[in-house]
Amino acid sequence: MLSGTDSAAEREVTGGYSGDLLSWVMGRARAGDAWVTIMSNVSVAAVALLTDVACVVLAEGVKPDEALLSRAVKEDLPLLCSGLSAFELCARISKALE
Amino acid sequence: MEPFKLEFAIDGEDFHSAGEASSETKKALKKLGIPADTIRRVSICMYEGEMNMVLHANGGAVTVEVGEDAIAIALADSGPGIPDIGAALSEGFSTATNEIRELGFGAGMGLPNMKKYCDEMDIQTELGVGTTVTMKINL
Repeated sequence: MLSGTDSAAEREVTGGYSGDLLSWVMGRARAGDAWVTIMSNVSVAAVALLTDVACVVLAEGVKPDEALLSRAVKEDLPLLCSGLSAFELCARISKALE
Repeated sequence: MEPFKLEFAIDGEDFHSAGEASSETKKALKKLGIPADTIRRVSICMYEGEMNMVLHANGGAVTVEVGEDAIAIALADSGPGIPDIGAALSEGFSTATNEIRELGFGAGMGLPNMKKYCDEMDIQTELGVGTTVTMKINL
């Protein structure tokens, strides 16, 4: 976990969404989702805040660029990264939500 | 509700700040007690418009007005204009460069998303002069 205070990180994840085309995510991700993506620029923070997702999970070992990380810290957005594939992450999130 | 107005200047050179006007608007609407689903629609419409201005038109000006019956958003730029509005409104049509696509944009869903999530939309555009998009979201 790269950003997000304890209180932000304690927010319940109620669903999941995976996608990299930001307009697509903007229109379809729901509040409370865990959003899995390989996008790593600052627009990820903007879309995450506007859609009110619970957290962003960067897949495939992707690291956020500096602007994304500092925006996530500033806005208290939980940003996580994992070496797992987006597919594997979605499978695990889905199982955890059952 | 008292009429309420927000104004933003969008800096076309500053990709890192892109989306901040939409975030500010979202926070302000939340404080006003606007329903969550309406805020979501305003956020989508405004963010797409804001990104269009940054990516295609070198910035511009945005105003958001909260009236009694609706929220009105106006986005005005002095960019290149839209040669074919019909094409621009079709899902999947995009003139974005590869550079823009690598940032996660250019899916050809900006204007279609805006049209989908607002109740009324009007586009005034002139090649070489600029574009003004106005949208209304009913309360």
